[in-house]
Amino acid sequence: MSFLLEPWPWYFSGFMIAFVMFLLLMVDKRFGMSSNLRTLCSMAGAGKRTPFFNFDWKSQRWNLVVVIGAIIGGFIASEFLTPNDAVAISEQTITDLQALGFESAGTAYMPTELFGKDVFSSGKGLLILIIGGFLVGFGARYAGGCTSGHAISGLSNLQLPSLIAVIGFFLGGLVMVHLLFPLIF
Amino acid sequence: MRTGIYLIIGVVFGITMFKSEAASWFRIFEMFQFQAFHMYGIIGVALGLATLMTFLMKRFKLKSFYGNQIQFSPKEKSFKRYIIGGTLFGLGWALAGACPGPIYVLIGAGYWPILVVIGSAILGTYVYGLLKDKLPH
Repeated sequence: MSFLLEPWPWYFSGFMIAFVMFLLLMVDKRFGMSSNLRTLCSMAGAGKRTPFFNFDWKSQRWNLVVVIGAIIGGFIASEFLTPNDAVAISEQTITDLQALGFESAGTAYMPTELFGKDVFSSGKGLLILIIGGFLVGFGARYAGGCTSGHAISGLSNLQLPSLIAVIGFFLGGLVMVHLLFPLIF
Repeated sequence: MRTGIYLIIGVVFGITMFKSEAASWFRIFEMFQFQAFHMYGIIGVALGLATLMTFLMKRFKLKSFYGNQIQFSPKEKSFKRYIIGGTLFGLGWALAGACPGPIYVLIGAGYWPILVVIGSAILGTYVYGLLKDKLPH
């Protein structure tokens, strides 16, 4: 079982994602994480003023339970299954990130520059997290799904709309990393 | 009973996201730089197996654990909403380095700044709901 304590190889990881999708289909549910953000808006009462959030959010409670499970899973994985959480990204990536000012590249799971406690006193760092999060929420709902709903569920059902959305995901990601990162960092 | 099943599925998903390093900001950056095969391997295997699974489930009209035939609903046809929404999502995915599954996993792993990302992702979803009828779909 010691391989579980190492970073999981891509083929095992990919298999496990497909297995999660299989389990959800077998209990009459669908694999899609971003719809939880809409459910949370409805729960908070957004449906009273905005029709988009006026739906039976209780029918989506199952997916919020999946979210709670994912939080627990993240805790178990980081606390008990990861003795060394440095992510072995490529040498070139480490060099590129250090040039952008990310000293933690190659030695941590998340960049301390954005996900360490110091970010709470960094206006720039907070702004990056806020803008990034906003685009993720806004864009996922605009596109009707995210990586799980389009790139896995939709593409596996040979949906052209999902292919267009995934092309958009990569277009946005490439523009951000190649054109905007040098301006931001 | 069913709640317990959803919880376990969530736990398996959470562990998978963390241990595959798909929840790591660094892996997302590396992916968009095309500097490693890792993320493409993960998505490729997941998608390949999911496509085969979907095909077989439809072909053999497989029933779920509860005896219902598994349905796959087609996505609404459009171009604009998918390309514009998808691109905005991609910009955020690369900047925050997390998509809507891993954001929860990272709470469990104790990266508290992710709460800022989640808060503004909820706000982004809300603003989309407000503007929905004025946006090109």
